Amino acid sequence: MDLNRLRQDSEFAWRIPAEAPMTVPGILYGDREQILQMDDKVYEQLRNVTLLPGLVGPVYAMPDAHWGYGFPIGGVAAFDADAGGVVSAGGVGFDISCGVRLLHTGLQAADIEDAKSALADSLYANIPVGVGSEGSISLGPESMRDMLEGGARWAVDQGYGCAGDLERTEECGCIPGADPDAVSERARKRQRREMGTLGSGNHYLEVQRVAELFDAGIASAYGLDPDHLVISIHCGSRGLGHQIGTDYLREMLLAASDFGLTLPDRELACAPIHSELGQRYIGAMRAGMNCALANRQIITHLTRAVFREHFPQAELTMLYDVSHNICKVETHVVEGVARELHVHRKGATRAFGPGNPDLDLSLRDAGQPVLIGGSMGTGSYVLAGTADSEHRALSSACHGAGRAMSRRKARREYGGRQVVDELARRGIVVRSPSLRGIAEEAPLAYKDVDRVVDNADRAGLARKVARLEPVVCVKG
Amino acid sequence: MHNRRWEHLEHDADIGLRATAPSRERLFEAMAEALTALIADPKDVRPAEAVPIHCEAPDDALLLTDWLNALIYEMAARKMLFGAWHVSIDGHVLDAVARGETVDRARHKPVVEVKGATYTALSVNQDSAGTWHGQCIVDV
Repeated sequence: MDLNRLRQDSEFAWRIPAEAPMTVPGILYGDREQILQMDDKVYEQLRNVTLLPGLVGPVYAMPDAHWGYGFPIGGVAAFDADAGGVVSAGGVGFDISCGVRLLHTGLQAADIEDAKSALADSLYANIPVGVGSEGSISLGPESMRDMLEGGARWAVDQGYGCAGDLERTEECGCIPGADPDAVSERARKRQRREMGTLGSGNHYLEVQRVAELFDAGIASAYGLDPDHLVISIHCGSRGLGHQIGTDYLREMLLAASDFGLTLPDRELACAPIHSELGQRYIGAMRAGMNCALANRQIITHLTRAVFREHFPQAELTMLYDVSHNICKVETHVVEGVARELHVHRKGATRAFGPGNPDLDLSLRDAGQPVLIGGSMGTGSYVLAGTADSEHRALSSACHGAGRAMSRRKARREYGGRQVVDELARRGIVVRSPSLRGIAEEAPLAYKDVDRVVDNADRAGLARKVARLEPVVCVKG
Repeated sequence: MHNRRWEHLEHDADIGLRATAPSRERLFEAMAEALTALIADPKDVRPAEAVPIHCEAPDDALLLTDWLNALIYEMAARKMLFGAWHVSIDGHVLDAVARGETVDRARHKPVVEVKGATYTALSVNQDSAGTWHGQCIVDV
């Protein structure tokens, strides 16, 4: 990215000044090197977002930002419904409520050392993953409606987990205001056999070791100890969410001129929040969010069954579950005034600081866990929302490493077998239906997650708590 | 199947499809082949089952995303892959038959599922020599 087009606010914050027709500035977080390495498309896409109506405060790009479609991945923008603000299907994306769930196991790394391969085989055999996989749960019309309204709470009611899981899930596992009637028949059909499936691409289930602690106090509040094993589940709303995105992107694009909206990029398709279409999309998107929460809850249940078989002493309890592709109504203090905003986070994680009333009491002193997925060979991180998070970027932080090279280039550079063997040499057991898929997800195809997280910490977006290293990886 | 070419484009997060062909119909078929090639080798897909597809759109570019999204939907809902296509277009109305089979994970070794076709960097146009060009970024 050309730094001459930016104004440097601080060592880790770079500004696109609000010049007409922009109504607000853009702020990019990262160090000089990171910003230099970002594609110019990130600049272009972030600037395009600033042209949408009803924005409040700057729009933001997180340190892992990269070229997306419409919004950059790692983009954050907030709109005021009463100021003509819009909701954008393109600002949420196809994988509605994709997110990360982290579970404690009560086990130490040494406990599973001799059983890693058998554990990996069982997880791979019992958790549907990859293209063409199907879950064992088939939803009829009534149970589909209940799931779309109830989210993880529905899943727990069906026996897939316990009440304690919900206390540690964003919105207690159920997003209010979902409208199943706004979800098309096609979206329902796509989801009928996909409950409890991981999907493919960068989605995974990993057993991870707590390799390093950075903040002993918050780590203790989160129950993280050195060498403690945790389980990370990264997936979203599956076919249902993908189809909701497809349906509403098209409808919003075609309706834009009726609303007097000039879209700088067709993928920024949006509708006024107060319009019938805007409200219908919000209802459908919330149903998609519930689908994602139910999906991660069912995968949690399947994972517990596998662990019970191999390690009867293991207790899989929730650390947290948080999404990174969403639009949510949140109250934020902007220039000293509390305002109700529709906050879009596309590839960005909510990061509520200590004291936030939306956090479970057990987390309120420490702040919200911010779960960052790395690539399968590097690390993942647990961060915590800080008192500064709201002021910096509407309580938002990064969501992962971000790709450093395209899938095509990764395929040319790496062989899937070579990646699996290299990871095995480092003690990381990988199971996947596709060697080509592994090549496309090779660790070096991703940016340096350590640097992304360091800069999120230094920029004050969230505080580093723990680094996690993969031990077993099940990948789509 | 002749005189049409496709390729996959570089994109940081996702992947692009680009094709050229002597007609709009063959262009749309080439884009469909490029879509399957993201998931598996199209040559490994047997044309055992025929699925009819109908799309209508206000312009060629939207017709292309509608076509790709219809294929993505049918593949996901039916757990199928497609390996052969016959497309007819009248104005901005498309009627097609996609032929394929149920995903066989051992034989097809499917790599990645496609979530949707986007409107970013989307184009369909005909050059002065009469050749049709199209491109679309898809989310995987």
